[in-house]
Amino acid sequence: MSRLRLIWRKSLNAVMLTLTGVAAFAVVSVLFLILGYLLWNGGKSLNWDFFTKLPKPVGETGGGMANAIVGSLKLLLLAAVMGLPVGLMAGVYLAEFGGKAFSFVIRYTTDLLNGVPSIVIGIFAYSLAVLPVKHFSTFAGGVALGIMVIPITVRSTEEFLRAVPTSLREGAMALGASKWRTIVTVVLPAASGGIITGMLLSLARVAGETAPLLFTAFSNRYWSPGWGQPIASLPVMIYTYAIAPYDDWHRQAWAAGLVLLALVLIANLGCRLVLNRRGAIRSV
Amino acid sequence: MSAATTIEYRIPPQPRFRAFIHRLREGDEVAHVLTLVFAALILLLTSMLVYELWVNSRLSRTKFGWMFLWTRVWDPIFGNFGAAPFIYGTLVTAIVSLVIAVPLGLAGSIFLAELAPPKLSDSIAFLIDLLAAVPSVIYGLLGIFIVVPVMRTTLGPVLKSALGFLPLFQGRNYGVGFLTGGIVLAIMVVPFIISVSREVLLTVPSEQREAALALGSTRWESTWKVVIPWARTGIMGSIFLALARALGETMAVTMVIGNDPKISASLFAPGYTIAAVIANEFTEATGDLYLSALIELGLVLFLMTFILNGLARLLIVATERGGGHP
Repeated sequence: MSRLRLIWRKSLNAVMLTLTGVAAFAVVSVLFLILGYLLWNGGKSLNWDFFTKLPKPVGETGGGMANAIVGSLKLLLLAAVMGLPVGLMAGVYLAEFGGKAFSFVIRYTTDLLNGVPSIVIGIFAYSLAVLPVKHFSTFAGGVALGIMVIPITVRSTEEFLRAVPTSLREGAMALGASKWRTIVTVVLPAASGGIITGMLLSLARVAGETAPLLFTAFSNRYWSPGWGQPIASLPVMIYTYAIAPYDDWHRQAWAAGLVLLALVLIANLGCRLVLNRRGAIRSV
Repeated sequence: MSAATTIEYRIPPQPRFRAFIHRLREGDEVAHVLTLVFAALILLLTSMLVYELWVNSRLSRTKFGWMFLWTRVWDPIFGNFGAAPFIYGTLVTAIVSLVIAVPLGLAGSIFLAELAPPKLSDSIAFLIDLLAAVPSVIYGLLGIFIVVPVMRTTLGPVLKSALGFLPLFQGRNYGVGFLTGGIVLAIMVVPFIISVSREVLLTVPSEQREAALALGSTRWESTWKVVIPWARTGIMGSIFLALARALGETMAVTMVIGNDPKISASLFAPGYTIAAVIANEFTEATGDLYLSALIELGLVLFLMTFILNGLARLLIVATERGGGHP
């Protein structure tokens, strides 16, 4: 009886442990499935025109997404200009100045802001930057992405600043530097690599965002000069092309998907490798 | 005479020195206030977000009141708006995704935290972090061109013949619908469950495992009966986090849910989620009432994820501080 029970326990052990391994590898294999599928389908349809030409009118084959690539870059630039300074300064506050209670409130709010669905951020940016002027614009898209950049930047900046040894701060203070001077000339430079990497990661994350752009930056089949007009972006193009009923558009959606995924994954890979080597951060 | 001069020399010019110190302190204070302003900006932004959602949904709130939440009609032409089909679709897809993702994610995190050698565990966790970074529109793209056809030709018919006696798996199978949405969502949230649960499991003291093993339990028993109960609060937190993400996810679901505002018992039926209807109809909304109804949907979605996220963070903080168990 007890022997049977032992066999049962041991086999349950073996079965369950194997299953956990299978689960882990199944999840990881999804990454390779995505990569492989996009490489296969996107690689077939990617050509030079994709990077240099404008979209063709509906019904004509060919053309490219040059305007969407430039559009995504312009939106990211706006997001960086608007979001990164706020994230950096707030991160400095949390790491260097913050009191206990208020810091907790800020951290908690930051986490909540990070968890707000991107489509709701889109509505927010719409009511801030589209409703008052009554038209979609590059600027409004930048506002939406800029808001999304803030929470990630705050948390990574704070974490990297905290990783700077206290002895460095004390050394600077002992030489007579004031607190802000210590921060600007000693602490920030020491953490700069990590902070910049964290910022890049946050930009990589918003680079793939579609939902907040749908009704802020909208889309555009032509070039969008300046900052006040609707603008095309890669994620929105992928969305509109994928749900359209034309084969040639599907082909281009795959190509755009490959380009977007390559950009996002390379940025992530690079940043995370740098971070892992420094061993300073676990998760951003 | 000389003594007097010495004394005069020894005393530093007080007021100027004080002023100097003061200026230095002031520099610190300026920096303090400056960074504080930016930190407070985050609070301001978040409260403005709530305010804008509240104000801009006023028309719809005053017209429909609480009935908005359980009205099943969505009729832009006659201006009747109810959120019920969307809330239903959002909840159903999220639940389906959790049913798939929780066992998978939990098993994966157990493997990474308890079994895999640290090097392997770290590299797999690294790949899973990459998976979490894949943009949702890419998941939608793969959903349309892989999951939907598989659902229509293979998985759907198989489920129908095996579990067709349940109302959940009856009716026509179009390939798009609640189940497809749930599957795509599951693929998207599994990485979050795994990486958060792994972190939580790694905080469980190894004495706990050793004690269980010393009492003669198998590896699995020590994990299931000792480690998991110890970490359950944090694991719950990771699941809530995943749920919040599943509720708010827009693009991937919009592309595979079928976009039909109906409440159906069948998981094969096409449906609609809150995020999807906002994404699809926001730019086409004619009339202020229509727009404000969509914004109220946004408010509902915001509150759902807000509450879940708040709970999740509290749970995770509680476990990582070593609480969460008797």
